[in-house]
Amino acid sequence: MHEHIDSVKTYALVLLALLACTVLTTLVAFVDLGNFSVVAALAIAVTKMLLVALFFMHVRYSTVLTRLVILGGLLWLAILLLLILTDFFTRGWVGFPGT
Amino acid sequence: MASEAHAAHEETLALREQFDTAEQQKDASTLAMWIFLITEIMFFGGMFAAYTIYRSTYPTVFAVASASLNVVVGAINTCVLLLSSFTMVMAVRASQLGQRNAIIIFLILTLLFGGVFLGVKAYEWNEKYVEHHMPGQAAFHLEGTPLQGPAKIFFSLYFAMTGLHALHMVVGVGILSVLIWQTRKGKFSPEYFTPVDIAGLYWHFVDIVWIFLFPLLYLIDRHLPK
Amino acid sequence: MTTAVLQEREHYLNAGYGLKSWLLTKDHKRIAVLYFITISIFFAIGGFFASMIRLELATPAGDLVSSETYNKLFTMHGVIMVFFFLIPSVPATMGNFFLPIMIGARDLAFPKINLLSWYLLIIGGGFAIFAMVAGGVDTGWTFYTPYSTTYSNTYVIATALGIFVAGFSSILTGLNFIVTVHRMRAPGMTWFRMPLFVWANYATGVIQVLGTPVIAVTLVLVFCERVFHIGIFDPALGGDPVLFQHLFWFYSHPAVYIMVLPAMGVISELVSTFSRKPVFGYPFVAFSSMAIAVIGFLVWGHHLFVSGQSLYAGLVFSFLSYFVAIPSAVKVFNWTATLYKGSISYATPMLYAFGFIGLFTIGGLTGLFVAALGMDVHVTDTYFVIAHFHYVMVGGTVMAYLGGVHYWWPKMTGRMYPEGWAKLSALFIFVGFNLTFFPQFILGYLGMPRRYHVYPPEFQVLHLASSLGATVLALGYVLPAIYLGWSLRYGPIASANPWGASGLEWQTPSPPPKHNFDQIPVVTHEAYDYTTVPQEVLEVG
Repeated sequence: MHEHIDSVKTYALVLLALLACTVLTTLVAFVDLGNFSVVAALAIAVTKMLLVALFFMHVRYSTVLTRLVILGGLLWLAILLLLILTDFFTRGWVGFPGT
Repeated sequence: MASEAHAAHEETLALREQFDTAEQQKDASTLAMWIFLITEIMFFGGMFAAYTIYRSTYPTVFAVASASLNVVVGAINTCVLLLSSFTMVMAVRASQLGQRNAIIIFLILTLLFGGVFLGVKAYEWNEKYVEHHMPGQAAFHLEGTPLQGPAKIFFSLYFAMTGLHALHMVVGVGILSVLIWQTRKGKFSPEYFTPVDIAGLYWHFVDIVWIFLFPLLYLIDRHLPK
Repeated sequence: MTTAVLQEREHYLNAGYGLKSWLLTKDHKRIAVLYFITISIFFAIGGFFASMIRLELATPAGDLVSSETYNKLFTMHGVIMVFFFLIPSVPATMGNFFLPIMIGARDLAFPKINLLSWYLLIIGGGFAIFAMVAGGVDTGWTFYTPYSTTYSNTYVIATALGIFVAGFSSILTGLNFIVTVHRMRAPGMTWFRMPLFVWANYATGVIQVLGTPVIAVTLVLVFCERVFHIGIFDPALGGDPVLFQHLFWFYSHPAVYIMVLPAMGVISELVSTFSRKPVFGYPFVAFSSMAIAVIGFLVWGHHLFVSGQSLYAGLVFSFLSYFVAIPSAVKVFNWTATLYKGSISYATPMLYAFGFIGLFTIGGLTGLFVAALGMDVHVTDTYFVIAHFHYVMVGGTVMAYLGGVHYWWPKMTGRMYPEGWAKLSALFIFVGFNLTFFPQFILGYLGMPRRYHVYPPEFQVLHLASSLGATVLALGYVLPAIYLGWSLRYGPIASANPWGASGLEWQTPSPPPKHNFDQIPVVTHEAYDYTTVPQEVLEVG
């Protein structure tokens, strides 16, 4: 496992980055980016997630198996969202017979 | 043919009888926590799926409803939770170094920050109640949109998702309390601090859920004029 | 006839007496026995509801029970059989008992969590039985909204709670199995030396862990909608009932693979032992279990073809549904190839294996019928679907379950069951099953809807045949309960390896000692290596 012991400085820097991202995402929300607003918000959230995972959860030092497990979970979430969306996004595409 | 190294042995906290080495036990416990966390990804995931569908179906209503949430309070609460993750990983670090008092201090700080978060959440929920934005209320009304039904759906998701998150926080607070008590009793050492380690993983995960909840609930199209 | 006594050697059954030694056990073998008893009771309850259903359907008029009661009967039959019998069936009993031994471990990775899993099943079952006794639930085991959330006046919340809790039992079992296989294999036990039964339970664990949380959160949402009126499935608010169906079936389709994969694992063991040959194409069978686990998550929309799902999504899901049949077919081909030039014996477990292979094939092929979008529009919500899933679940899983129980009975109990009665029961089950469910394919195709207890008189002949078959089937299930119980006291003492099988579990005494192995073995041979079985054992088996 991790014999690596991170320095306080490392953790403090990560915390500062996380706090900065929080401020950033709040401010960016008030800027008109059209459809890109959602992308920006999610991109910042994913960045924060990676910071927490890699540094606070020590995924930086984790085994391949742990990373596979994490990727599997995220992939399955993606399957859930994307395949449900194949229904809702195509609802209006074709009418019913006779219409 | 049998293996000497894997003979039956006396049971200790760091080496339970079903395991052969302490490292095997630690690996197994860590793997188990990660697998549990991906069950949590799928658990919250169902609600995120519902959110995705309804936000894309009712984008304007969701924006109006989101604007009724206090973004400053939400942002500050997010920072409080991030701070708690910092103190949590510091507690794990202290465990790695065998610094018993530091472990206790950082765990207490984590617990306090978690408590603050929950307190602020309770305040926010109360605000929604007072403003008649709770879906169960007979007097429910969201100003700024004729679509009261979808507005109720937003707030149903708001309460369900933040409620489920808060429930996980409460469990986390309980776990932290137990850990503080165990640390005081001298249960942990640099050779064995797995419960602190995996409780940390849980706590950080709950933080990550909030990292997504905050923008998805509080920051929907805030640039739109009120 | 004198009753033989198990030699006074210490084993897991006599290592400690009294209620506490069982209810607070950490021994995976004892927990398996607890599960056996529990799910047998649930099977009997579910079977009772099935009997009531078939009794009512013997006549075209709704003369035995009211419509409301009939709705409750089929709901409770489904809920109990799916969540409290089939899902735990093979993994919680034979998986719990044998997975650690098969990989050379002393126990599962987390014995206390294993015990917790059992208690969760009991608690969940308690909620479900409370719901039944208090007045029942009538939504169908599928809980479709808005009926379940808004309009039903029955015990939806209690039942949903029961399933929720039982779901965590399932998640924890899967988690335990996954960690155990990754971290507890004995030296030399590589992944490709493990019995295929272990692969099957591992793949099942992956499904349990990834799928069950979604139905858990869905039930939470149903609960919230009923109790707090925070509804997201209510059309009156702009909600979409089809979203519930997506979330429900995201789990419930992979759930059917939770139900059948471990059964397939049992069949691999049976076919190998009773052909005295290694399973043909081991890596393909191993990977097919993983493939079923993965692909099984991509097909759930085939339950929503006529629900209002978009046509394009229907096309996607129909297309993907065909792929999930491929790994199942691989298994059937490989089992068949295992038989070729094998030294085949026809002990009861092998009869069940043959039954499985034939009936699962029929069930699986009819699954392809309903996976076809055009065909499904015609037969959905008819008895065709009911026949399809009973062929795979009962003709498949229950047969494999019984085959496994008989196969491992001597190992678990130290006693042999009476072979004559066992073969007779297997015959009753096979004949009774086909007489019950084959007519239902025809009924469904002719238009008999499911969940109806009143039907046109021209369907009566087929329904009557089905109900008669159910009687024979019920007899077939009652007999093992009797003779297996009888064998516990009067059955001949079993040797360590009565079948001449390979695998670590047959190298321990019958019943095994509490810690499985005094010293963990070092594995040096491949799976299904019959050269490691002593000659005298091979001749007797």
